[in-house]
Amino acid sequence: MELLLAAAIGLLTAGGIYLILRLRTFPVILGLSLLSYACNLFIFAAGRLAPGLTPIIHKGAEGYTDPLPQALVLTAIVISFGMTAVLVMLAIGGHLGGGDDKVDTGVDLNK
Amino acid sequence: MPLFLIAALPFLGALLPWLTIRASRSACAAGSAAFTAAALFGVLQHAPAVMAGQVVVWRMDWLPQAGLALSLRLDGLGLMFAGLILGIGLLIQLYARFYLSPADPMGRFYTFLMLFQGAMLGIVLSGNILMMAVFWEMTSLSSFLLIGYWRHLPAGRQGARMALAVTGAGGLAMLAGLILLGQVAGSYELSEILTKGEVIKASPLYLPILLLILLGAFTKSAQFPFHFWLPQAMAAPTPVSAYLHSATMVKAGLFLMARLWPVLAGTPEWSALVSGAGLVTMVLGAGVALFRTDLKAILAYSTVSHLGLITFLLGLGTEAAAAAAMVHILAHASFKAALFMLAGIVDHEAHTRDIRRLGGLRRLMPLTFALALVATLSMAGIPPLNGFLSKELMLEAASGSGGLVALAALFGAALSVAYCLRFLIGTFLGPRRDAFPHPPHDPGPGLWAAPAVLVVLVMATGLFPMTLLAPVADVAAAAVTGVPQHLHLALWHGLEPAALWMSLAAIGAGLAIWGLWPRLAALPAVPEAKTIYDWKISTLVALSRGVNRLADHGRLAPPLAIASLTILAVGLGAFLTGSHTPGNRALTAIEPATFTGFVLLVAATLGTVAFHRQRLLSLLLIGIAGLMISAFFAWAAAPDLALTQITVEVVTVLLMLLSLSFLPVTTPAESPLPRRLRDGLIAGAVGLGAAALAYALLVRDFAFPSISAFHLANSKPGAGGTNAVNTIIVDFRGYDTFGEIIVLGIAALVIFALAESLLAPGSANDRLLARRPDPTRAGDRHPMMLVVVTRFLLPIAIMVGVYIYLRGHNLPGGGFVAGLVIAIAFLLQYLASGHGWTEAHQRVNHHALIGAGVLVASATGIGAWFAGRPFLTSAYGYIHLPPLEEFEWATAAAFDLGVFLCVLGAVMLALASLSRLAQRGGERPAERAHDVLAEEAEN
Repeated sequence: MELLLAAAIGLLTAGGIYLILRLRTFPVILGLSLLSYACNLFIFAAGRLAPGLTPIIHKGAEGYTDPLPQALVLTAIVISFGMTAVLVMLAIGGHLGGGDDKVDTGVDLNK
Repeated sequence: MPLFLIAALPFLGALLPWLTIRASRSACAAGSAAFTAAALFGVLQHAPAVMAGQVVVWRMDWLPQAGLALSLRLDGLGLMFAGLILGIGLLIQLYARFYLSPADPMGRFYTFLMLFQGAMLGIVLSGNILMMAVFWEMTSLSSFLLIGYWRHLPAGRQGARMALAVTGAGGLAMLAGLILLGQVAGSYELSEILTKGEVIKASPLYLPILLLILLGAFTKSAQFPFHFWLPQAMAAPTPVSAYLHSATMVKAGLFLMARLWPVLAGTPEWSALVSGAGLVTMVLGAGVALFRTDLKAILAYSTVSHLGLITFLLGLGTEAAAAAAMVHILAHASFKAALFMLAGIVDHEAHTRDIRRLGGLRRLMPLTFALALVATLSMAGIPPLNGFLSKELMLEAASGSGGLVALAALFGAALSVAYCLRFLIGTFLGPRRDAFPHPPHDPGPGLWAAPAVLVVLVMATGLFPMTLLAPVADVAAAAVTGVPQHLHLALWHGLEPAALWMSLAAIGAGLAIWGLWPRLAALPAVPEAKTIYDWKISTLVALSRGVNRLADHGRLAPPLAIASLTILAVGLGAFLTGSHTPGNRALTAIEPATFTGFVLLVAATLGTVAFHRQRLLSLLLIGIAGLMISAFFAWAAAPDLALTQITVEVVTVLLMLLSLSFLPVTTPAESPLPRRLRDGLIAGAVGLGAAALAYALLVRDFAFPSISAFHLANSKPGAGGTNAVNTIIVDFRGYDTFGEIIVLGIAALVIFALAESLLAPGSANDRLLARRPDPTRAGDRHPMMLVVVTRFLLPIAIMVGVYIYLRGHNLPGGGFVAGLVIAIAFLLQYLASGHGWTEAHQRVNHHALIGAGVLVASATGIGAWFAGRPFLTSAYGYIHLPPLEEFEWATAAAFDLGVFLCVLGAVMLALASLSRLAQRGGERPAERAHDVLAEEAEN
């Protein structure tokens, strides 16, 4: 199972990186979502896999899974929603205000 | 009054104008003046003790490990400066009330002024040099705001920027010098440092320390070659010039040199640098002042010259010269503040400050003329005024240090007599003119009262120096030199002293220079320091532009690609060069169900990438990927995560679906094949790296014990909950969560603000209004089945949400998930029944929900203070209410309620903002005809 999880993380990362290198806002947002999945899975993986165990304290437990990465990932999921929402709004604003949905300004800001 | 309160009063006063300006302009001025007066009263309360030679201290440790203490001290030097800052501050507050025009935002002026006053007072009361540096920077910032107060004037903005650049840069150098000084002295406390003079002067770091600190002092006190910012700062309103350039800002550099005099002065380096710079500045400033035509510019260069004089005295390194410096600081503050205010009156009345257009004002403005006459003669060093006393002391000190120095000092004094004559004659004497832009006459008492008080002081301290001037200068000089000082100030010392003859010579030479004026006026102009400064700044800007251009071309992909590859390279390098244990952790078995999930995830991810140009399809595919991830969390014993992931997934997909109505539905094929291949290679390499890292991590055990065991062991006994994930979120790491819900709330507010800006008149709004939904795609907008089902579901969903919230502390659930579940229930109403209907029925404001969430969470955290515990310490207990079973409560549950409210409010606000765009672009509240149920109810 470790192999599958690692492969999934790798695949999500690769897909995310490919999409954030695109030229339009929507694929970039999709790519960031994929990267968020990958990051969350990776943080979760830092607690190692322990299927069958729980983070709920109860009598007669054989052991527990690592609760700390779970707590970190939980908040990360919510924050990534906030980030995605802001990006979506920026993309809409760029499209409506600027007339296209390109991520590149086409303008050299230094000039 | 404790020193801390005195130091805090101006800052408290800075908060006030914001309120009092609503009452009236006079209330605003009086309100801030009350704080200054209170602080002055507090300082005077300590005056008897300080005059008796004591040092008043107040101290509180802040970061003792870093040598930072909130330490305040008031000695003779501090007393003199604090008196100047607050006393002249009061007069300025009075003057500014009548000087500023009704069009000027007065509340802002008094806020800036009080901030500046607090910063200056902080410098002179600081007992810790690091704290002094903080206040020092604060004066740079607040003076920037004051100088640029008339923000519509380009000269004001440029002057402010230049002052900030020069004094700010000097401040940084000074900070470095002070840190070195503290290192050498072994303490940052002034009381310690002042005893370590020998150690510091013997240290090899003495020269760097001296140079760095002098950079700070010279830039602040406008010493050559950093003098040029001061005249440029004259674009400020006159009350600001009168305050900053007579008694406060420019004296801060002098204060610093005086403060550190015992540990830095007396070496050949000190004398050469300080007295040299002072002498050059004195002569140069006086010389340039002679050629200016703007009244304020003459005064500005005269200030530069007088600052040079005081610096020269401090640089001589003798106790007598230091004492003379104190006398001149007092004298200069009094006559220069008065002169700036009088120049302001002339400007105010005649609407010009150009000496070529003025003249003959003595008949039109007799009172102003009388006041200006006294102040100018004091500036020129004519007896029996206070300027004469200090100038004589200066000439005496100069005569003791060699012929050339004495000659230069004499020349400077003569020049100052000449420019004083020019100032006085050009403005007030000469034939009466009629061609003023505005007919001038004496102003009301509001304007002349403040300079009149100062002029009275100029005369009184000149006539009775031993009663009024000497005691203050004595304690200040004693604090500077560390030895009791007894100045003997008198107008007449007999015929013997060299100073008398030098004074006479200076006056004579000054008259002679004035006699030569018509010929001098024809001399070619010297190059302006400002042009040189502007050239340097534009070179620097061009240089940084060049560096920027290398990195940024307005394209997103290249930096992202470079960053990704760099991370990959660094990770690879670390793995190959670092040491690690072999991976021999037992692997978990692959089950058919999880394998199926994996295949689905792979397919969905690849599909998302492959079909990303068809946006709706790729959105559906990424939804499947998210679903598989939440399924994975469920399998991997993370029920909380599974719940959160699936609810967030729903919300995110809804949001992106909504966004697609405003974005193109397809992505055009723009990338040529080589680019796609290149990106694919980069992505593949980084993905491979991520997979390898994850695998390497998963097959190894922890290198050292993790802190998770602590959380598991203390979840029940410490936080009163059995769900360790939830107790970590709401208790152990409650502070993180607290910050997090605030961030989420801010994100929602940002979205709201962005939506607002799109809805404001502009191109975005025009496009929204022109947009018409595609009828073939829209279909039946509010299908009846959906409407009925969602309304039926709403109370059930709310009940489920409440249940999830309540069980959260002990079982999977909690505020985050509960907030998301209820948000989804409300969002369904938007989808099914339309925005118009939903908003008409919505009673709770989303902003209020976010605010309430943060407030509830804060209140829970603050509650711990009342139990004498740190912020967010939780408590729990058991309650038994008769019909119910005994149940447990924990304050953490109240905190989780805050989380719940904030998440609910944030998600709702984000999506409601988006739906407002939709409303503008097609769907309007008027379209409630679609709302079948409401129609039925109406029938």
